[in-house]
Amino acid sequence: MNTELTGIIATFLLTMVIAIPLGKYLAKVFAGEKVWTDFLKPLETGIYKLSGINVKEQMNWKQQLKALLTINVVWLVYGFFVLIFQNKLPFNPDGNPGMTPDLAFNTIISFVANCNLQHYSGESGVSYLTQQYVLMFLQFVSAATGIAAAVVFFKAFRDKTATELGNFWEFFVKSITRLLLPLSFVMALILSFNGTPASYEGKDQFISLQGDTVHVSRGPAAQMIAIKHLGTNGGGYFGANSAHPFENPSYFTNMVELIAQVIIPVAMVIAFGYFIRRKKLAWTIFGVMTIGLFMLLIPMLSSELAGNPALAKMGISQGTGAMEGKEVRFGPAASAYWATVTTIISTGSVNSMHDSSMSMSGTWQLLGMMINSFYGGCGVGLLNYFIYLVVAVFISGLMVGRTPEFLGHKVEAREIKIAAIITLLSPFLILAGTAVASYIFTNYGNAAWAVQPKNWLNNPGFHGFSEMLYEMTSSNANNGSGFEGLGDNNMFWNLSTGIVIFLGRFLPIIGPVAIAGLLGAKKFIPESAGTLKTDTKTFALMTFAVILVLNALSYFPALALGPLAEYFTH
Amino acid sequence: MKPNNKLFEASMVQTALKQSFIKLDPRVMVRNPVMFTVEIGTLVMAYVTVYSFSRSGQGSPLYNFFIFLVLLLTVLFANFAEAIAEARGKAQADSLRKTREETPAKVLLANGTIEIRSSNQLKKGDVFICVTGDTIPTDGEIIEGIATIDESAITGESAPVIRESGGDKSSVTGGTKVLSDEIKVQVSTAPGESFLDKMIALVEGASRQKTPNEIALTILLASFTLVFIIVCVTLKPFADYANTPITIAALISLFVCLIPTTIGGLLSAIGIAGMDRALRANVITKSGKAVETAGDIDVLLLDKTGTITIGNRKATNFYPTAGLNIKAFIDACVLSSLADETPEGKSIIELAAEQGFKAAGTTEGSAFIKFTAETRSSGLDTADGRRIRKGAFDSIRNMVQKAGNHFPSDIENHVKTIATNGGTPLVVSENEKALGVIELQDIIKPGISERFERLRKMGVKTVMVTGDNPLTAKYIAEKAGVDDFIAEAKPEDKMNYIKDEQAQGKLVAMMGDGTNDAPALAQADVGVAMNSGTQAAKEAGNMVDLDNDPTKLIEIVEIGKQLLITRGTLTTFSIANDVAKYFAIVPALFIASIPALQSLNIMDLHSPESAIMSAVIFNAIIIPILIPLALKGVAYKPIGATALLRRNLFIYGIGGVVAPFIGIKIIDLLVGLFV
Repeated sequence: MNTELTGIIATFLLTMVIAIPLGKYLAKVFAGEKVWTDFLKPLETGIYKLSGINVKEQMNWKQQLKALLTINVVWLVYGFFVLIFQNKLPFNPDGNPGMTPDLAFNTIISFVANCNLQHYSGESGVSYLTQQYVLMFLQFVSAATGIAAAVVFFKAFRDKTATELGNFWEFFVKSITRLLLPLSFVMALILSFNGTPASYEGKDQFISLQGDTVHVSRGPAAQMIAIKHLGTNGGGYFGANSAHPFENPSYFTNMVELIAQVIIPVAMVIAFGYFIRRKKLAWTIFGVMTIGLFMLLIPMLSSELAGNPALAKMGISQGTGAMEGKEVRFGPAASAYWATVTTIISTGSVNSMHDSSMSMSGTWQLLGMMINSFYGGCGVGLLNYFIYLVVAVFISGLMVGRTPEFLGHKVEAREIKIAAIITLLSPFLILAGTAVASYIFTNYGNAAWAVQPKNWLNNPGFHGFSEMLYEMTSSNANNGSGFEGLGDNNMFWNLSTGIVIFLGRFLPIIGPVAIAGLLGAKKFIPESAGTLKTDTKTFALMTFAVILVLNALSYFPALALGPLAEYFTH
Repeated sequence: MKPNNKLFEASMVQTALKQSFIKLDPRVMVRNPVMFTVEIGTLVMAYVTVYSFSRSGQGSPLYNFFIFLVLLLTVLFANFAEAIAEARGKAQADSLRKTREETPAKVLLANGTIEIRSSNQLKKGDVFICVTGDTIPTDGEIIEGIATIDESAITGESAPVIRESGGDKSSVTGGTKVLSDEIKVQVSTAPGESFLDKMIALVEGASRQKTPNEIALTILLASFTLVFIIVCVTLKPFADYANTPITIAALISLFVCLIPTTIGGLLSAIGIAGMDRALRANVITKSGKAVETAGDIDVLLLDKTGTITIGNRKATNFYPTAGLNIKAFIDACVLSSLADETPEGKSIIELAAEQGFKAAGTTEGSAFIKFTAETRSSGLDTADGRRIRKGAFDSIRNMVQKAGNHFPSDIENHVKTIATNGGTPLVVSENEKALGVIELQDIIKPGISERFERLRKMGVKTVMVTGDNPLTAKYIAEKAGVDDFIAEAKPEDKMNYIKDEQAQGKLVAMMGDGTNDAPALAQADVGVAMNSGTQAAKEAGNMVDLDNDPTKLIEIVEIGKQLLITRGTLTTFSIANDVAKYFAIVPALFIASIPALQSLNIMDLHSPESAIMSAVIFNAIIIPILIPLALKGVAYKPIGATALLRRNLFIYGIGGVVAPFIGIKIIDLLVGLFV
């Protein structure tokens, strides 16, 4: 078999070998059962004492969400001011300037929301202080926020009827001490031994053979790159993200980074099943998500490996597949695999330029972000999936002649209302955002803005439309990758995507947690022969159909005008 | 009453057609958000049609008018679906109401005189008198007397029933006929407020409230509609970006095709049809919710007698008193039963024949004594002076002891043993001397265990309620195949059982008729009161069964399930349809300026205009095509939830994807002939 394919199959298998036991471990950690990392307890107790947290205090779903939102607001305010005043603060050896307020607005929301859409370039846009104590710090806590929210959701279904869903702070702290911190530590070491810098010194320089002086940015990168993947953040240390030779020096580190971004989302699914003692349900969900992964990956692989038909027409041989925008050390297969996982999971780091992918690949990347729940981001992927599940449960419950129920709790008007709003939210943010951008581009191209709207797009036409659609989709999915080719560091894009990221982050956390909280508090109905089981292949198929149909119906016209039109035209 | 099974009748269709237009009133339409948006779209198209006469850029006036017409039809079809469902329900209710045409009532005034009044002038609390041959003017409760009544006008059952004051069978229904005796009846409902009147109001829509499940589905459908509003509104700037002008007709057509009009148009018809199906089963429901809840029932409480066992028992043994020859005893038994037409009487003769006995005596010249509710015994007086009686233990004992004779203790013992074994003792006497006991045993209804099996597959647990002792109860429960039983049941036992099950989160249904059933009927999630039952029972339950048929609960559960399934499958079908509609309309929208998108025109439709027309036509006509299914309901099959989901997903999901591809293509071929 082709070495490139062997490489990605090995990567996938290794991911599962790590993720599945990790899921079982997480279920135990959050259930408070004995695990080998219990030696970290004193550290946690210290943190609780220091911050005055009483972890025995039980919270209902509203209190959980209040805690979650409060702490996120604190980080928003803190980060915003550091970003603006970073030039006046220490650890800025390269003398990078403070951010403009609109860029700071966008950047801080983006990092608090685990999105990491970057309208700045790491080398010249931020100081080491910002990288370490704002951005990397947020990469830890935003991932932990998502995981803690998911654990609250787990809690609602563990017991027959539950109103007390544990303590948010405990889940949050444990997500860091028992999961993110130890794994990041190991991964940062692997990266720094493989060539990623981890230094506090400023730019290095050398004189090239041509005689030019080349300034080489460096800094405390390895630790950030570790958490950027483990926490499905995706915000790179350097502007070129994981295509940068420091950020991703070799095929080996590429594998490590690929594995790192998938393990926690997969582990959360497994943990869900073990935590609520319904393993089969977890495997069913895992099955749907994995099939989703392959359905997006396989066509992308085939078009990337086949090469660019436009080049083929010119008689240029492309033995290695479509290489434009790709790194030679990774090749098209590993790049396609990366592009798939980074879009279905909300990482958004890139090891190749998605702008240069084949046009149909753009469709799959967009679709992956629109669905946003084939594994999905840390914790939040499962929450997104839950919304689809509620819709599937409702419709199929009716189809078998019973008031719909999920895990023994009746799904009624109130839950459907919340699910409906969340279902509505993504198409609204993505399509309305893109529509506003298109409208301004078409009608106010010459507006006297700092960056004129007509100069936003590198490639007007269908591809330019895809660039705008991609930016909004990535923001809503809290993915953070860019199609690039879009002039995005300006007032319009900073503000619009900032708002989309914010709404696309917090409403899809509030919604599922609220539904779970409401359902969990309802009377438990024991299963009978008439009960629709949610852990069967048939129901998995139903959920898959709901995911596919809902997304296809919402986005088909937009996709038709973007990547599909491009594909059929060329 | 004969259920009317024809789906459409000319008169109904006429009313429904008229109603379809009346329902266009936006104040009515707004109750259905999906169809309301279509109505708005129709109005916009009317404007565009007029506009396109004078200005260009929005397509030809003819084309716009055509789209306007199809959209109007879509709304009308949806209204028609609702109207025809209402008309059917009303017709059904009317045929019930006909039984209570104006009848003169003999009202008993406070001073004791009798005044003749028309039935519709009767007020709640009035007392009237009915004698043999009278038609009962309105619903009421017997306060004095006992009578046999012909209820065939309501139930279709020809056998007369006994109704008497004080007991659990004290209710009489307007339109039924008194066959014997005289009763004093108190009017229980004010005119226009009987259960039937309430149900008619429910069907007619004025007081129809959406059920919780219907509300949830409406929310979901409304959110899909909103998604498609977003899709269509944003398409305008997208198209401007791509330099593709889109006509308003095309945008509105796309929108109307995408929103779930099929289910949106049929939703209320499905709900009404559910209540109507209940009514056809002769069950009056007090709310649509009750029918829906019936589909969710987990536990069914069933009375043994009449439900699980045939009300009639069969003779199984003869026990003569000590010292009496068995032959002589059987002879007396047979004599007493020769003229007895009841199934019990016949079974006694059968049993005697089985034991090789033939009547020795002759009945010539004998006088037969019929069973009455007073004496609770029957028999005959032969020409040679034998007075043979058979009847209930206590009534015969009274008779014997009144005549000053001793009632043998061995007979009393037999009576006890028979009773403890779940049987009914029938004591036989001659010339006021007790001869012995005939044992009657319960006979389990044929086919009942299959019905329980069916219920088990639906996930419904059946519980038998009986006054029998636990041993007998267990015996019958096992034989009939029920899952559980409550023996020696007192009314509060039923209540406690229901509460226990409900505490575990289960939904319980029960049927009852007595006043002492009322609390349990109210407690149960679905309480079906028999029409013959007391007013209290009927008030407490949420359904009334006109047939007084205890097995009706099983049908009610299926009707409830059917209702939900019909909603679910048509929702799936409606949404699945959109896939094909996209492939028809999206390429049609852009093909002029992006010829490459011709590749998406996988149905190879004639032209952009014909593609759009075909899609909206399909979208409109699918509604009337599905009306029969919405009214009849999608069949429920007890094959387990997962298998049922697989089946319905296959038929209505895959079918829903495929059908419009074929339908739109065929319509396009036809449209292509004219365009």
